[in-house]
Amino acid sequence: MKVLVAVKRVIDAYVKVRVKSDGSGVETQNVKMSMNPFCEIAVEEAVRLKEAGVATEIVAVSCGPQQSQETIRTALAMGADRGILVQSDEALEPLAIAKILKAVVDKEQPELVLLGKQAVDNDFGQTGQMLSALLGWSQATYASKIQKADGELTVTREIDGGLETIKVKLPAIVTADLRLNEPRYASLPNIMKAKKKPIDTMSPADLGVDAAPRLSVVKVTEPPARQAGVKVGSVAELVDKLKNEAKVI
Amino acid sequence: MDFGLSDEQRMVVETVRGFVENELYPLEAQVERDGELPLETGKAIQRQVLDMGFYAPNIPEEFGGGGLDHLTFALLERELGRASMALSVWWGRPSNILCACDAEQRERYLLPAVRGDKMDALAMTEPDAGSDVRGMKCFARRDGDDFVVNGTKHFISHADVADFVICFVATGEDQTPRGPRKRITAFLVDRGTPGFEIRPGYRSVSHRGYHNCILTFDDCRLPAGQVLGEVDRGFEVANTWLGATRITVAAMCVGRARRALDLALDWAASRKQFGQTIGKFQGVSFKLADMATEIDAADWLTLAAAWQLDQGLAADRPIAQAKLFASEMLARVTDQTLQIYGGMGLMDELPVERLWRDARVERIWDGTSEIQRHIISRDLLRPLES
Ligand SMILES: Cc1cc2nc3c(=O)[nH]c(=O)nc-3n(C[C@H](O)[C@H](O)[C@H](O)COP(=O)(O)OP(=O)(O)OC[C@H]3O[C@@H](n4cnc5c(N)ncnc54)[C@H](O)[C@@H]3O)c2cc1C
Ligand SMILES: Cc1cc2nc3c(=O)[nH]c(=O)nc-3n(C[C@H](O)[C@H](O)[C@H](O)COP(=O)(O)OP(=O)(O)OC[C@H]3O[C@@H](n4cnc5c(N)ncnc54)[C@H](O)[C@@H]3O)c2cc1C
Repeated sequence: MKVLVAVKRVIDAYVKVRVKSDGSGVETQNVKMSMNPFCEIAVEEAVRLKEAGVATEIVAVSCGPQQSQETIRTALAMGADRGILVQSDEALEPLAIAKILKAVVDKEQPELVLLGKQAVDNDFGQTGQMLSALLGWSQATYASKIQKADGELTVTREIDGGLETIKVKLPAIVTADLRLNEPRYASLPNIMKAKKKPIDTMSPADLGVDAAPRLSVVKVTEPPARQAGVKVGSVAELVDKLKNEAKVI
Repeated sequence: MDFGLSDEQRMVVETVRGFVENELYPLEAQVERDGELPLETGKAIQRQVLDMGFYAPNIPEEFGGGGLDHLTFALLERELGRASMALSVWWGRPSNILCACDAEQRERYLLPAVRGDKMDALAMTEPDAGSDVRGMKCFARRDGDDFVVNGTKHFISHADVADFVICFVATGEDQTPRGPRKRITAFLVDRGTPGFEIRPGYRSVSHRGYHNCILTFDDCRLPAGQVLGEVDRGFEVANTWLGATRITVAAMCVGRARRALDLALDWAASRKQFGQTIGKFQGVSFKLADMATEIDAADWLTLAAAWQLDQGLAADRPIAQAKLFASEMLARVTDQTLQIYGGMGLMDELPVERLWRDARVERIWDGTSEIQRHIISRDLLRPLES
């Protein structure tokens, strides 16, 4: 089975994000960028499926600026076979990315598309679902376990307060949650092999996709600073405050 | 000229950094507290690195190593330099000098070292012969086809976990116009060889848990097959293969200095005194500016020296300059970091005091700062002297 994995280049999850002074977005100049952690989990799952003899080929796709090529190379170093960069310097919204991915799916005809459940930059959490709708394919989101049987997948999903196990018919869209796996470190031989693996570059227009934004960002602000706590003098005072101020007991 | 990293180099850096931060940092407090790392923890690190195909990255691919060039290897060492050496020692980088092994020695030493089956250590220094290595007293006399060795080595790093030691021993003396000059031979000496003992060394203020040892030879008999390279040509072998080791010292200093700077920046941006973060005081912010500038300077000196080696250019001076500047820079940067932390910088709650202590040895081992200055000035003056 051929697997397509979507990978997004985002501000590194450990970087302290700063809002631009004009409130139009966040500062990305001289900021460390990495693969979205949930995409990493998706790549890892694809590689495991290949190691288990379930997947035959892994294609890593990224939509974004030229530098997203680095993100694809990282996926190749983890074990993907080849890459596709759909290059766009415009900010791409989930719907645009879903349309682009649909066009890539039409070309590549994979049986499974793996994505992260969300990207840690905008936290939209929509792309996988939109792609599924555009393709008319089954979807299994927030996956923490994936097993393949004949023509279908059994997927354990993380839901509020527990786990849900569902069966979906292939071809399918699956989005990866945190506990699906622990991504490996790229091996040195694979890092060296990655440079020889091909990456095709195309534009949304090449795929016949109108990627123009539908949304406009009104304002980006920092989350409110956390207020300092108070020290209480005695247990009695603590109980009093919990009862009468916080009203939690 | 291109100062950018290739995709491979970037991924090497990111992977090593990720490993160091996720797998090694969490073990550091324990190493500092206990002054040692349990053997099984070390072996587990080694296992992980082997599985990643990142073991012996400096050794050519034809011997099963990673085959990195000097520049990429320096980038790797830079990231490893962030972590405690008691931990990073298990990310095996066998001495390059093992590439001088003959076919038979390869099977017994180089290949097992690359596979992680054997650990190597390297011994030159003696109680009476430090900077003046050639003044060594450790002596091997010929006895038929064998050599019989007597003498003592000290300060030998991680020999406690080594399975064999590459030992430099005097095998004769030449009379020269400038006085007697010892001939030196390199030997491969297995732990457990009768007459050879690896004993605990001194307790060092730098790099807790990364031990140095004392080696004693008491009529230790070594067959001729244990000679690495040619008899009496030990320094030629060393000069061919060990120049690059000093780059790794420089690179580790740069990595460690960047970690210190990151800590200093965090503190300067969060610690408040006199109603504002201390980074807002010029007395603190200018320190940060100088630290960042010096670190970058050391970084480029180091990478440029590695690049020269890769190009096959004479690199002794650039390597000495990189080692000298990076190790002295690290001392200043860790000292300033500690200063920015104020009293807390001295406390073992935080890694700052450790980085400050660890920095001290870098100006001493692998050739003291003074010896590096000798190498540099000799190279500058030699063409001008008649
Ligand atoms: C923790 C640790 C680990 C080590 N690991 C190893 C190891 O694995 N293998 C190994 O072989 N060695 C090892 N060494 C030894 C290290 O390389 C030596 O310490 C170093 O070469 C200096 O020798 P010394 O300590 O005997 O100092 P000395 O050579 O006695 O020097 C004392 C002082 O005199 C100065 N000096 C000496 N000669 C001159 C000169 N001509 N001009 C100006 N100044 C001079 C020196 O710069 C220094 O400041 C280690 C040392 C330490 C501390
Ligand atoms: C071992 C030890 C024993 C001690 N014993 C005692 C004791 O017995 N009694 C007692 O009361 N205290 C004691 N102290 C506290 C000591 O006096 C303080 O550590 C010292 O005053 C510095 O304060 P701080 O550590 O909070 O650093 P901070 O004041 O937080 O300073 C952090 C850094 O910011 C710099 N900085 C701060 N303000 C400015 C500014 N306006 N402009 C430029 N730079 C600035 C400082 O110079 C320093 O580099 C002790 C400290 C230690 C380490």
